[in-house]
Amino acid sequence: METLKKYHQDINITPELMQRIQELVSHYPEGKQKSALLPVLHELQDAHDNWLSVELQNKAAEILNITPIEVYEVVTFYTMFNQKPVGKYMLEFCVTSCCAINKAEDVMDYTCEKLGVKPGQVTADGLFSVVGVQCLGACGYAPMLQLGDFYHEHLTKEKVDQLINDCKEDKITLHDK
Amino acid sequence: MGQKILFEKIHIPGIKTYDVYRENGGYASVEKALKMNPDDITEEVKTSGLRGRGGAGFPVGLKWSFIDKKSGNPRHLVCNADESEPGTFKDRYLMEYIPHLLIEGMITSSFALGANLSYIYIRGEYMWVFKTLERAIKEAYAAGWLGKNIKGSGYDLDLHVHCGGGAYICGEETALIESLEGKRGNPRIKPPFPAVKGLWQNPTVVNNVESIATVPWIILNSGEDYSKIGLGRSTGTKLFSVSGHVKKPGVYEIEMGMTVDEFMNSDEYCGGMIDDRPLKGLIPGGSSVPILPKHLIFKTANGEDRLMTYESLSDGGFATGSSLGSGGFIVYNDTACIVRNTWNFSRFYHHESCGQCSPCREGTGWMEKILWRIENGQGTEEDIDLLWSIQAKIEGNTICPLGDAAAWPVAAAIRHFRDEFEYHVRFPEKIKNRDHFVNEPFEKVKHLLQNTTV
Repeated sequence: METLKKYHQDINITPELMQRIQELVSHYPEGKQKSALLPVLHELQDAHDNWLSVELQNKAAEILNITPIEVYEVVTFYTMFNQKPVGKYMLEFCVTSCCAINKAEDVMDYTCEKLGVKPGQVTADGLFSVVGVQCLGACGYAPMLQLGDFYHEHLTKEKVDQLINDCKEDKITLHDK
Repeated sequence: MGQKILFEKIHIPGIKTYDVYRENGGYASVEKALKMNPDDITEEVKTSGLRGRGGAGFPVGLKWSFIDKKSGNPRHLVCNADESEPGTFKDRYLMEYIPHLLIEGMITSSFALGANLSYIYIRGEYMWVFKTLERAIKEAYAAGWLGKNIKGSGYDLDLHVHCGGGAYICGEETALIESLEGKRGNPRIKPPFPAVKGLWQNPTVVNNVESIATVPWIILNSGEDYSKIGLGRSTGTKLFSVSGHVKKPGVYEIEMGMTVDEFMNSDEYCGGMIDDRPLKGLIPGGSSVPILPKHLIFKTANGEDRLMTYESLSDGGFATGSSLGSGGFIVYNDTACIVRNTWNFSRFYHHESCGQCSPCREGTGWMEKILWRIENGQGTEEDIDLLWSIQAKIEGNTICPLGDAAAWPVAAAIRHFRDEFEYHVRFPEKIKNRDHFVNEPFEKVKHLLQNTTV
């Protein structure tokens, strides 16, 4: 298997990233390193523009000494792993019941219109993508979105405007490292 | 003011940090437990009557007593922090604001079970909470509460936090174990139960965050003290995650036994309906449990007060009752469309079905499609019966309860709100806009149903 030619990902496993991966692997007994797969995929994805090319998945298999298919079957099962490029800032709106009755769909439509994308698409500059996702466990603070490691709750159109500006001005921390 | 067990200290400034937590009596249950016989700890938990807080309500002490201690295989305690049931966000609140309470509970409980390697499995979306727990665990290691020979007791425990990848099904305990082994979250066929063959085929207990966080209080006081709180077999306090059309959504800890009326309408809790609009329906225990129509919320079918207990919320079975479930308390006012909301839930279950069992894999998709058809004015009268027939064929025919969880909300919606489905079928032009009942609540237009025939 290989990634579609139109997508390209530069793979860079820095010593810091490798050290973090080794730390995660150390949480499981000898011979059970496969257990570290999900946490390791999160780390690899975070360090590679939030997506996992086939080549990066193969790298994960190599690091954990498991077969590539064991990685592919996991990547395709879980929602959080992206198999093609997404925006640097991926705005994930919860659209399940409690958010839906609090106007989540309106706020998401507004965001799509503002950015000129449909759900699932990436803006031409590669900065943003918008997706609707299933319940994120913020039902009492609806509507909400997830951006990187963090939640943004009690959303309004004004808050979305502010967030998009902050992203453009590079004021947003995506990951809590 | 009811008694607080889990939230007793949550508002102390700095309680997230080890030092403040310890200064306020944190880890005392570990000190006490390490001097006890592990089986006596299990007995205390049995006496407390504590029931699993993830949704199933199975007695925690009894579950612990099933763990295979004879085989000599390594044992594990796994905390289920994969909180994903729509309407539920209580575990996140606990872990975010008082992470050491869960860690303390994990140590005390692991000691009772004789586990030397335990995990907290947290959903991947709660990534900032994952990091919070990672740091708190490091603090606990540094202070000598984890690692080798804890506080000179001779007991060793390693505890780690593990993040998922976004899959509701991993809240089912055997799917969670599969996921923790680095695989797809496909539930296992039981038996064998995890207590005999769980993580890496070792005896394993899987407990919800809230259940484990309750253990320190039980050990420090006693199982008997705990059993005196609450009502009947619904002992202790329970966290409710409140969302939807109320004035004060959020997470509340209550002593079980309060009336639903008081919980929903008192200023101390939900504070009544937002904008004082009329109440339409209530889901008391997360999206999987049946929705209750207005006339069955405050009173049971027998005319008794509906209480916040396992027994009272399920009084009347699924015909006129519901279930306490995970405590995901979702309130709907007259602007909510039950058809749209049911479609929304079916979409959720379709998305989250692992695909192993045909009734669930196919049935959830069919239900979503039919509901979408009805919601968009393209449904027929027969579609309502078709929906009923599909949900009945999913229920009870799958390896894990996700199939049931997908079927129940559909069944309850048709059972209690059939006229809304009929309205969608008969008046497609009135429901074109997705906000149809926001603009014109169903109560105001339902009289139209009497004037027409199909």
